[in-house]
Amino acid sequence: MISTEGRGLVLNENLLFEQSQPGRVGYSVAGLDVPAVTPDSHLIREDISDFPELSEVDVVRHYTRLSTWNYGVDSGFYPLGSCTMKYNPKINEVAARLPGFTDIHPQTPEALNQGALELMYNLQRDLGEISGFPAITLQPAAGAQGEFAGMLMIRAWQEARGQKRHKVIIPDTAHGTNPASSALCGYEVITVASDGILSKEAVAAVMDDDVAALMVTNPNTLGLFEADIREICDLVHERGGLVYSDGANLNAMMGISRPGDIGIDVMHFNLHKTFSTPHGGGGPGSGPVGVVDKLKPFMPVPFIVKGDGGYQLEYNCPQSIGRLKSFYGHFGILVRAYSYILSMGGEGLKRASELAVLNANYIRARLENEYDLPNKQRSLHEVVFSEDALQNDCHTLDVAKRLIDYGYHPPTIYFPLVVHGALMIEPTETESKQTIDEFCDALLAIAAESKNNPELLKQAPVRAKVRRLDETAAARKPKLRWERE
Amino acid sequence: MDFPEELKYTEDHEWVLVENDVVTVGITNFAQDQLGDIVFVELPEVGDMLEEGKTFGVVESVKAVSDVYAPVAGEVVEVNEVLPDEPEALNNSPYEAGWMIKIKLADPAVLDGLMNVTAYKEFVEKD
Repeated sequence: MISTEGRGLVLNENLLFEQSQPGRVGYSVAGLDVPAVTPDSHLIREDISDFPELSEVDVVRHYTRLSTWNYGVDSGFYPLGSCTMKYNPKINEVAARLPGFTDIHPQTPEALNQGALELMYNLQRDLGEISGFPAITLQPAAGAQGEFAGMLMIRAWQEARGQKRHKVIIPDTAHGTNPASSALCGYEVITVASDGILSKEAVAAVMDDDVAALMVTNPNTLGLFEADIREICDLVHERGGLVYSDGANLNAMMGISRPGDIGIDVMHFNLHKTFSTPHGGGGPGSGPVGVVDKLKPFMPVPFIVKGDGGYQLEYNCPQSIGRLKSFYGHFGILVRAYSYILSMGGEGLKRASELAVLNANYIRARLENEYDLPNKQRSLHEVVFSEDALQNDCHTLDVAKRLIDYGYHPPTIYFPLVVHGALMIEPTETESKQTIDEFCDALLAIAAESKNNPELLKQAPVRAKVRRLDETAAARKPKLRWERE
Repeated sequence: MDFPEELKYTEDHEWVLVENDVVTVGITNFAQDQLGDIVFVELPEVGDMLEEGKTFGVVESVKAVSDVYAPVAGEVVEVNEVLPDEPEALNNSPYEAGWMIKIKLADPAVLDGLMNVTAYKEFVEKD
């Protein structure tokens, strides 16, 4: 039963600075038994006046109360399109907390780190099997760094062939980080318009000998599979270009289609999306990259190899783009992703993709009569509506805010830009039919409210801890630091 | 929605005011309405050479970040210095206080490729 009824007690909480009492402390140390020394004046900071003085219980209550204001995948449905906010199974946490992993130091000799290295080696192997790429680096700290690594490898490969190319083609349905990563690697970005999916003709029209790569997101940000990708890859390869695929939406394809088999040269994974590791303020990401054989000499170092003496960190790679990150990537996240792969198994991963697609299409079918669906092609793991069917001057932002009153984290809004007032819903495979039905009931109720009582949308949220925030003032005149009044 | 008669318009929703060989450029009322509250503006520097159709600046609203494209080629001779501190002028006064840059025209013939107000109104309605 969907409703906005209910009562709750949401306590307010002052800043630690405001709770401070002079002389209050949260520690008790033994008396000094050596001569006291006053530090030199240049070692004493003056910019931390008003530093809060508090007891242990003050601090514990403060953060515990703040934590109750959180909304996360453990507290409710989180249909944030493009972000794949699937539930993170607790067995991943058990694995990551094994003392054999938590008690090692990155500089422990290899011989004493064999378990950790074996896990990384196996994860390289498994990601390779899932994606169809013969070589995998686990180093990048998140998806965007994976893109950066991939584009650096593309540049290095072309420079090794004596070519200096200047352009990268990116369709308008790509992730927003794609143009940024290309620009960061020194490329000019050529945007091509797509009609839902990218056409061979659109790529052919801009493909020339100065194009280093085509960078696509597949499935794209409309949740559509790039059906012509194989032919498009051939077209780019014929002119000496490479194809980068953003793997952020791999959750729709695991076990069904392998990017390495369809002509893609480089792809990053988002372990924090597809492989159920925490993200969204809750933990670091991880963006391993898979490459075809010809790019292997340019991979970041070190990567893990298996030799006669066991598992080793390989640094001997003269054409490598170098090291991307201190030590070996976000190891704790790698453990969680490996735990997920092992607990799901090959069939389970395939089933996850199938259910992710089924769930998104179920939402599409339940809502498409009330919400405008601009792209009618068969969609995969997410569905993007526009605001065009909303009545009485209600907008996507109002729908998103009203969803908060119904107890849901709003979907992604106003992205992708190619959809007018986009409402981008990605349910993932981890939600039950009951959860999805209740969510759809809420969105249908909101569509009815927009016709009969639009003020409910424009005032929303009315039941959240704070009402609608002034995002404009916050962006134009941000107050970034607390000051005593 | 108002679109002044004396201006010329682009398909990317920039307006152009022609005064001899200098043109003033901004974004249209339609563009600011679609973007929503604008919170950040990035402009080129005086002396920069612009290519027709290439990005000359960035406009960021609470909804999205958009590039702004040079309607004509030429040298930037003046920029609206107060705009970065008062981006709300783009919303409140897109044709006056919200002007963005002035360009010294490299080739006056390119002006013929821009839309007049009637053509732009039709374009907006189709869009």
